[in-house]
Amino acid sequence: MAIGTLPVATQARLPWRARLSELLDRETFLGPAFITPAMILILLLVAYPFCMAVYFSLSNAFIGRPSQFIGFTNFVRLWDSDAFRQTFQNAFVFTSIAIAFKLVLGMILSLLLNEQLWFKRLIRGVVLLPWVIPTALSTLGWWWMFNSLYSVVNWTGIALGIMDPPGPNWLGQRYYAMAAVIIVNVWRGLPFFVITILAGLVAIPKDLYEAAESDGANAWYRFWYVTLPMLKPVLAIVVLFSTIFTFSDFNIVYVLTHGGPINSTHLFATYSRMIGLESGRIGEGAAVSLYLFPLLAFVVWFQLRFVRKQAY
Amino acid sequence: MERRKLTRKIVMHLLLLPFLIFALFPFYHMTLTSLKQDRELYDRHAVPLLIKQGPTLEHYGKLLWETEFLTWTKNSLLVTVLATSVSVLIGTIAAYALARLKFFGVGAFGTGIFVTYLVPTSLLFLPLAQVINWLGIADSKWALVLTYPTFLVPFSTWLLMGYFRTVPKEVEECAMVDGATRIQALWRIVLPITIPGLVCAALFAFTLSWNEFIYALTFTSSSDQITASVGVTSELIRGDIYFWGQLMAGAVLGSVPIVILYVFFLDYYVSGLTAGAVK
Repeated sequence: MAIGTLPVATQARLPWRARLSELLDRETFLGPAFITPAMILILLLVAYPFCMAVYFSLSNAFIGRPSQFIGFTNFVRLWDSDAFRQTFQNAFVFTSIAIAFKLVLGMILSLLLNEQLWFKRLIRGVVLLPWVIPTALSTLGWWWMFNSLYSVVNWTGIALGIMDPPGPNWLGQRYYAMAAVIIVNVWRGLPFFVITILAGLVAIPKDLYEAAESDGANAWYRFWYVTLPMLKPVLAIVVLFSTIFTFSDFNIVYVLTHGGPINSTHLFATYSRMIGLESGRIGEGAAVSLYLFPLLAFVVWFQLRFVRKQAY
Repeated sequence: MERRKLTRKIVMHLLLLPFLIFALFPFYHMTLTSLKQDRELYDRHAVPLLIKQGPTLEHYGKLLWETEFLTWTKNSLLVTVLATSVSVLIGTIAAYALARLKFFGVGAFGTGIFVTYLVPTSLLFLPLAQVINWLGIADSKWALVLTYPTFLVPFSTWLLMGYFRTVPKEVEECAMVDGATRIQALWRIVLPITIPGLVCAALFAFTLSWNEFIYALTFTSSSDQITASVGVTSELIRGDIYFWGQLMAGAVLGSVPIVILYVFFLDYYVSGLTAGAVK
């Protein structure tokens, strides 16, 4: 009621205040006014830098030196370099294997969590934990677990008789390093899959299962013909989102391997940082990260075209 | 029948066990390492899964008093609290406009927000570093306060739009028929109903900015400006000798604020995680 009493005290300002409040009641004024701060932020700090990235990628920009337009030279030169080819291949290997694991394990885990359980809340809390902890810090923990001398992973493997002592040097051999990076990514990304799929599972109407059961469908058939088709939209969204975030991952590789050994775990983001900041070739670095763009554009297009249409 | 149900339940728990161990083990091992004496830590014949020679707080003591860990944590807190409050405020009004008001360009702006939400930070850090240089806030925590809203605002707008849509239009219209202005109706009627959404947005914004790494690593480097994640991963690793006890103590302490929030607001995290993606 404070607003109602104010104009009485300041009679002289009444027309101005009345005009303002009338203006605020108009949707065609209030709407644009409310989105202005967000719009300015996005234009100045997202759209503008993005255009800069495009310009950089077409120039020979170098830290502290004026740049010249050189067309697609950066993209072509990158494509011809072994290190970038390796990065490109790594990104696809890393993303596809990690997503396959997250999808399968996420499906299994969410089916388990959908059962009658003791300590349901506690179990959910534990499952979700890797997702909330700062990735850079939890990856440090994994770094220590994969340490060449004191690896607890190897110690356990040897104790269980799965590995021959001394066990693999996880971060020093190329395939093992890639495996390590994938394991950490699966560990950290699994909760997102589980919680989203679980929400999808809960939303499936119970009578579908009852109908299938009365038709004599066993558990496997119920999963294949009821659960999976009903989950399709949710699975599509999860995979799309995760594709973007896994492809553009930075933290895990940076902390765990720095892209090594010999570029065998570099992803676009870590390679772009190495070229653009550590060697100072901003133009080339920007071109590396822009190789992410076609994928991003496809996912956005797909989401807008199919997924959002269903939601509204 | 009852017995079969019980057996099934027990089997389900047994199947869950490997997943729970996978999720928890890194934290267990981190904490364990941070509490071990160096003598046991670097003994290659000791069992790494247990502490047998007595725990110690030595690593924590060194971390707190001999490094700048407390400064980094203070920076993290300052950046996170400021970026979160600004972003939730901007996100709230933008989401209200998108969910409730009809005006020119509302659809295009909604799409724009969604697209921005999907742009990964690793695509923008190079040009943003230039922008930061021009603004004269290079190597300063204020660069982070300025840039974190670029991913927090789209996220909270998107999340809150979903919540505003769940408030029936009639509630607001009733208040306006009774003589309240739109702003009053928003402030007194709509916002109180959407408090769970606001808590959720704030919680996620806090977590996302506390955990942010690539911008913090790129835009700041001086020991008195960096955040906890960057400090622990770059300043505690000097040369070839790693102080694993201290490093793990840093990783544990750097996660504590998030764990505390997490324990109290678990259900919000669950609902936010699904709403962020599915809506």
